[in-house]
Amino acid sequence: MSEARSEQRGLRVRGLRVSTSAGVPVVDGVDLSVPGGTVLGLVGESGSGKTTVGTALLGGTRRGLEIVGGSVLLEGTDLVTLSETELRGWRGSRVTYVPQDPTTALDPAMRVGNQVREVLDCHDYGSGPHDRARRVSEAFEEVGLPTDDAFTRRYPHQLSGGQQQRVCIAVAFATWPALVVLDEPTTGLDVTTQALVLDTVRRLTRQHGCAALYISHDLAVVSAISDEVAVLYAGSVVEQAATDELVRRPRHPYTSRLVAAVPDLSGDRELKGIPGGAPSPSTRPSGCRFAPRCELVVPECTTELPELRLVADGHHARCIRSADVTPAHVRERRRIDEIDSAPLLSIHGLTARYGRTPVLHGLSLDVPRGTCVALLGESGSGKTTLARTIAGLHTDAEGELHFGGNRLPFGAHQRDRETRASIAYIFQNPYSSLNPRRTVGDSIGRPLRVLRGVRGAELERRVGDMLERVYLSAAYAQRYPDQLSGGERQRVAVARALISEPTLLVCDEITSALDVSVQANLVGLIEKFRQDLGLTLLFVTHDIALVRNVAQQVAVLQEGAIVEDASTEQLFHHPSHDYTKELLKTTPRLVS
Amino acid sequence: MSVAEPGPIGNAIERVSGGQAPGLLRRSLAVGRTRAGLMITVLVVAVAVVGPFVAPASETGFVGAPYTPDAAGTVFGTDYLGRDVWSRFLYGGVSVLALSGLCTVIGVGVGLLVALLAGYSRTWVDELLMRTTDVLLAFPAIVLALLFLAVFEPQPATVVATVAAGHAPRVARVMRAAVLDVAGRDYVRAAESMGLRRWPIRLGDLLPNVTGPLMVETGLRLTYSVALVAGLGFLGLSGLEADQADWGLMINENRLGFTVQPWAVLLPVIAIGLLTVGTNLVADGIARAAAGTDREVGG
Repeated sequence: MSEARSEQRGLRVRGLRVSTSAGVPVVDGVDLSVPGGTVLGLVGESGSGKTTVGTALLGGTRRGLEIVGGSVLLEGTDLVTLSETELRGWRGSRVTYVPQDPTTALDPAMRVGNQVREVLDCHDYGSGPHDRARRVSEAFEEVGLPTDDAFTRRYPHQLSGGQQQRVCIAVAFATWPALVVLDEPTTGLDVTTQALVLDTVRRLTRQHGCAALYISHDLAVVSAISDEVAVLYAGSVVEQAATDELVRRPRHPYTSRLVAAVPDLSGDRELKGIPGGAPSPSTRPSGCRFAPRCELVVPECTTELPELRLVADGHHARCIRSADVTPAHVRERRRIDEIDSAPLLSIHGLTARYGRTPVLHGLSLDVPRGTCVALLGESGSGKTTLARTIAGLHTDAEGELHFGGNRLPFGAHQRDRETRASIAYIFQNPYSSLNPRRTVGDSIGRPLRVLRGVRGAELERRVGDMLERVYLSAAYAQRYPDQLSGGERQRVAVARALISEPTLLVCDEITSALDVSVQANLVGLIEKFRQDLGLTLLFVTHDIALVRNVAQQVAVLQEGAIVEDASTEQLFHHPSHDYTKELLKTTPRLVS
Repeated sequence: MSVAEPGPIGNAIERVSGGQAPGLLRRSLAVGRTRAGLMITVLVVAVAVVGPFVAPASETGFVGAPYTPDAAGTVFGTDYLGRDVWSRFLYGGVSVLALSGLCTVIGVGVGLLVALLAGYSRTWVDELLMRTTDVLLAFPAIVLALLFLAVFEPQPATVVATVAAGHAPRVARVMRAAVLDVAGRDYVRAAESMGLRRWPIRLGDLLPNVTGPLMVETGLRLTYSVALVAGLGFLGLSGLEADQADWGLMINENRLGFTVQPWAVLLPVIAIGLLTVGTNLVADGIARAAAGTDREVGG
């Protein structure tokens, strides 16, 4: 079946344009071609228009947007010209979609087997009920799930996140589609599960001979699955090439900087952010969109939008200076100083629980003064609970905390003013950690007001200083959080944490809501503060590649216990615990 | 368009470029029904406030025979005692407005206080307050009001207290949910980690972030207050002086002569109706604007 159809399969997108109803272009002339049986990775940061491209390939748009030009050719049909009724016949059968979050994509009240069956029934698959039942169990088998009734009769909540996503993939591949659009399908999954899902998608694409578009913000993930990669910036493709070629020899400055911003698991590359931020659809500059942030910019760049042209065999780039683009800088392997300082924070036999559910089990850890200790763990490992306990936000705990040699009580209220000022906490989500009704200056100045009693002109001066130290201007003090980008908000959160001059900074997944280029900038900022101020950092994260680039010591947390605690060098060269080994093996790398 | 983050965050990302979203009030005014409602409300309030100063006759003076629609020197005729209907109408709005305004302010105020206390305590205080409101919620507002007024002497103060007491538990329920939602946000935790006490957090972090639902709730309670106060006036329970003009009372006094002299009933009915519709439209407009914050995304 698959062999016969793969001949004519493949997607060709020409000049796709999507605009808001006000006429602001969001996607501006995107050309893509995906041969049958291959995966094209579409990489872009927030606001690049990648999800808009993805939905446009299914002939749809979000509310407020419309497809205003171009063609989406699949099996000889232009999907853009189809009516809504005709499109319904295509969607779910010829063109399918795997969403980011399987928990909201699956119907919680329908058995998973029926969810696959539903799409077959809906499109009159095969010759009858028997045929469809067989296809359902085939589909489950293809994605590596059990095919027995006991499994297919389960409800979504009875499956793990990875299994749920594989059910979504089974639904997408059930009807032998010609095109599968996958929109960040592994974002919510742990790396080990992610590796499984990526494998499944790659294998099925080959097996079915269909075209797959894999949308992601994560270049490392995309490079692990894609045959070719297209890089989207501000609504247009700036570079497209075979994956390996694109990563090793980028020909567009943005791609080159994006590669440099991805944390490298081998630690050979310097982690470097991109200055500035991506323009929003209404503020895109004329000429090359990347020109304002580009190091190679020449006057011609700002006058005319460069064409996407062939720069090497099968390699397209939209840059007039593509010959001068250098690959990401390779640095000397970073030497990490031996850790010999006394612990600033020590934790002994810490047990924490929520009600009756224990989350941490007798955990012990030392955080040496002036170092960055990474706390690595996947969701549910208890890492946030540990961070919150240290910050005095979680009090349902037993055990001992010592800070600077003194016993540290659990609740923030029981700690003296000096201790509260000395331990600062930065939250994961910059969109909920700043009070939307307070100005940035008010939020930043609050710890000084509350903990140090600073007021008036002195307070204003110190807030202004602090803003400049996180590379925002003092004028930001008057703004409200919703006038700031995610990266700017997180820098405000850093400023708020550091203004009371703490000695210990607890960072709880502070970059997980940010784009990689912004993440690299923020990590650089935190590292600068550590060196300048002698800060001690507890860096909570799930990203092992990021750990390599920020930490001197790593504690690996699994199910509420520390399974490995070693220096970064040792952990990456001689991992001792199976879990660490598994993580190192399954984390996608940019260059294999 | 967003990456790792769920909906609201993605929305926020896109809102960034547009600058700060305009305040709820301004967004509400952009909704057609708010403007229409506001115009109607202002009209009725103007009649009630300016009325006593422009009334052609006195509130209590007799100008003709009872129930005479076309009595000489009157616009809308006379009522059941022979007093000028138009003048009594112009005098009779203040009591309804003042009483319902007071009921709203007090009822919403008490409800909000309970909500802030209960929604951010996570102890038995929350349980105690909310179970008490549950008990109070079991009584319909009007029954509760009648019960109170049967026990205490009907005075304007008693009316305000009983109607406000009817509002408070309902407001508390709604606002507690709003407070609970905000209490889970990270900026509240950030304030906690600074060691701030509960009341500064309640006033500095929680209250400013529940103003949206608070405005909707206030508008809604104002509407109910008008209906309740007018209703109690109709039953003669508003505790006013015997011959004082009051829209609710006017309807009751003159209902028997409706076929002969409809104006004495129609005028207050229309006024109360318009006021209810007007305040309701405003409340609805604010609610739509508040709920529509996520709708301005998309571009």
